[in-house]
Amino acid sequence: MTPAATEPHVYADLDVLRQTWSSKPGLFGWLSSINHQEIGRRYILTAFIFLLLGGFEALLMRLQLAKPENTFLSAGRYNQVFTLHGTTMMFLFAVPVMEGMGIYLVPLMVGTRNVAFPRLNAFGYWMYLAGGLFLYGCAFFNMVPDAGWFSYPPLSGPQFSPGKGVDAWAQMITFTEISALCVAVELVVTILRMRAPGMSLNRIPMFCWSMLVQSFMIIFAMPAVMIASTVFLLNDRTLGTHFVNPAEGGNPLLYQHVFWFFGHPEVYIIFLPALGMVSSILETHTRRQIFGYPALVLSLVGNGLIAFGLWVHHMFATGLPQIGEAYFTATSMMIAITSGVQIFCWLATLWSGRLRVTTAVHFVFGFIFIFVMGGMTGVMLASIPLDLQAHDTFFVVAHFHYVLIGGALFPLFGGFHYWFPKFTGRMIDERLGRLSFWLLFVGFNATFFPMHWLGMLGMTRRVYTYVPGLGWDRANMAATIGAFIILLGGLIFIANALRSRGSGARAENDPWEGSTLEWEAGSPPAPYNFPNLPVVTSRTALWTPVAERSIVVGLREDRREILISNVLDAEPHHRSVQPRPSLWPLLTAFGFSIGLAGSIFAFFWYYVASVLGMIGLIGWFWPNRPLEVDP
Amino acid sequence: MTQSMWHASGSNATLIRELAVIFGILLIAIFGIVVGLTLFSLRRRHRSLPQETLERLHQASAGTEAKLRTAVAIATGITVLILFGLTVVSISVGKIVSASMAPAGSLTIEVTGAQWWWKIRYANDDPSRILQTANEIHIPVGQSIAIRGNSGDVIHSFWVPSLQGKRDLIPGQPTYEWLQADRPGEYRGQCAEFCGLQHAHMAFWVIAEPADRFNAWMDHQLEPAMEPADEQSRRGREVFLKAACVLCHAIRGTGAGAQIGPDLTHFGSRKTIAAGTLVNTKGNLAGWIADPQNIKPGTHMATVPIQPAEMQPLIDYLESLR
Repeated sequence: MTPAATEPHVYADLDVLRQTWSSKPGLFGWLSSINHQEIGRRYILTAFIFLLLGGFEALLMRLQLAKPENTFLSAGRYNQVFTLHGTTMMFLFAVPVMEGMGIYLVPLMVGTRNVAFPRLNAFGYWMYLAGGLFLYGCAFFNMVPDAGWFSYPPLSGPQFSPGKGVDAWAQMITFTEISALCVAVELVVTILRMRAPGMSLNRIPMFCWSMLVQSFMIIFAMPAVMIASTVFLLNDRTLGTHFVNPAEGGNPLLYQHVFWFFGHPEVYIIFLPALGMVSSILETHTRRQIFGYPALVLSLVGNGLIAFGLWVHHMFATGLPQIGEAYFTATSMMIAITSGVQIFCWLATLWSGRLRVTTAVHFVFGFIFIFVMGGMTGVMLASIPLDLQAHDTFFVVAHFHYVLIGGALFPLFGGFHYWFPKFTGRMIDERLGRLSFWLLFVGFNATFFPMHWLGMLGMTRRVYTYVPGLGWDRANMAATIGAFIILLGGLIFIANALRSRGSGARAENDPWEGSTLEWEAGSPPAPYNFPNLPVVTSRTALWTPVAERSIVVGLREDRREILISNVLDAEPHHRSVQPRPSLWPLLTAFGFSIGLAGSIFAFFWYYVASVLGMIGLIGWFWPNRPLEVDP
Repeated sequence: MTQSMWHASGSNATLIRELAVIFGILLIAIFGIVVGLTLFSLRRRHRSLPQETLERLHQASAGTEAKLRTAVAIATGITVLILFGLTVVSISVGKIVSASMAPAGSLTIEVTGAQWWWKIRYANDDPSRILQTANEIHIPVGQSIAIRGNSGDVIHSFWVPSLQGKRDLIPGQPTYEWLQADRPGEYRGQCAEFCGLQHAHMAFWVIAEPADRFNAWMDHQLEPAMEPADEQSRRGREVFLKAACVLCHAIRGTGAGAQIGPDLTHFGSRKTIAAGTLVNTKGNLAGWIADPQNIKPGTHMATVPIQPAEMQPLIDYLESLR
């Protein structure tokens, strides 16, 4: 369509390449696939199914709260539903869907053929899937957690939460954390060592920067939640340890500290990739290089660092020493600086570009509106006196839905419309896309804006009902109606995606004239991504005139060879051979899953996990391929 | 009936409300500016078909970039200044409202959270003037009250929005805050930390009265329960003392002294039943005693079988405990 979309000369035998990089056909091929596109797609689709489940749970809650003293759900059922809603959205939707986008897009954006450690990638997905099935499987057999997604002891401890529900919750986290750590390690290595020649650190696309920072955050944050949920809580419950059980001399506040040391960075783990998506969408649609690239990168890194220093603002009401309160108030305010810089840079980009308004841009504008408002209420919650009133009320519920739905879901939906042609090879319908945007935007604000007011009027969180006469009735009804508008918007979004995937207009490789390498690959990309790996000479690789671009030749096509480059300047370093598809990641994940799932019932299953896992790993690493590395 | 932070009637709550107004005005203005600037950028948009071929802009002129850099730097600088200011006022107000040490001469009240009610104990150096009650706190207007929080089971959070922010009640670790009512009134409070099945039905009332009325109330509450005035109430007391009620409840002046459930010595004087769940009327009380699980599913109040003929005397007796 334009010069930028013309492919450079191809010096490769595409048939051989395709044969080398394709997954095997049939069911066996599907189960053994280690292709990043297939696994990324699986993550995204699975996460969307969990989004639907979590959304369904949200509707149940809104129905119950529509009027005072409602009896639609019982107290016990409501507590289960809100626990499942939070758990599903945080652990089974938000993090995995961002991981999925990263797994799919990062190798394309940095110009390589797959992620580093592709078998680990498959293993991570199977663990995630097993964790989700495990939680909902337990729920199906009435082992439903009901102590909240945060499961504070002693309420979640053995004395006050008998039964297996909280065990299932805690162990599900183990599954998803293993999965998240796998993805984080792969993406860090992919981004740092597998970039196309010439893509020095200052030319990495913003989305890859965001995934890099996010991955490092996962590596530091996820072990903390494993300590909280598994070491402290699960061991207290199943082995009778005394970490956080006050009845046995344990300290329940210790759990809160460790949990929020993970829990606050978790929010940024979810929404940093979304910031990367916003930058990608804006750069392409304003037709100019994103303004303030160094400032944006430094803000991302700053967000990532500061996020680890403000967890205590979740605990202001526990009565800390005042010097601690002052410190955590200040750090919580600081995060608004780095977030503000990003908003300013995007505004500068918008003001100096020539914006093309597509559905994706609608979602970006919705993001700015909602996220900035969430940021404002965030500043209020950082202030210790205001937090003492707003904490654990619907004000907080409104705040974090503004930052999570506005900050992560809207950019994700924008990104979904933006990359839809790349994922499917078809254009997504713009008219239906805009309709779904407006329904989601209006429905979102109708649902969550009244909650600010409810919180200030004293409505506490996690209540299954409330008495009439406190002035809460009408705002609750408005929120419930809003929730159904969101549902309508969501249904139209799904219908649009399904319809466009089947019968949308064929997409070219680069329908938006994008700046980053993924638009040079096919739509959808071939299993090898690029016939020849590209060489990058600028930050906006595809906006460099074709005549000035070159390609990498010399990689063998008859085996899975990739190019490893150095960290700073992405100079080619050596060639490396990637493993072939294998069933072992699935079998290993199966072994670990059986053991982890069983271990909440009997200690014996730890041994099963060890033995099965060991067998799986031996099979996985059995030396059956040439491991030579050419200089 | 209100539970709103805007309806501030105590010194700390008023300070917080004033801070909220400052934050609110400033932040709404900033929000308006950012959204306005975003929407204003639309005037530069392409107005034609989405698929039109676009000119290769890709980079603004050096002059524009320099202007944008200045603008972003100034905006960032202003952000830093505003946040610094907000941090300073937050910390200074926080020093007052979040202090764990109450001003000297405060009245100390111990609040112990339990699933799903509040045990209230007025501390006093004179053991004969220590008062134990439940779910309703009377305080004198204009005097600072030190709240010493504790929990007997899981974590709860003590919150009366009209008077003060919240403070968690943590088992095995006392927490402190202080509050003061500036106006007489009845202020509703509610547990703010999720504490299990009936977290939603764990409310209480703080009743602020002039000092003389408070002292009269206190003197009366310290008295043991009144002797039944009539035959009906006397029969009710017998029913109470013979039934399983005494396994959990205390009525001072009778043989009932258990400390598991709320103290009922002056039950008839309280506004509500079951921690704010029901208004304290004879009808509601009968319903509550007959089937607590129906009214507050999961409550630890046992369903004690009472003969129909004995119910009315029992109700009359309990309501006479004023």
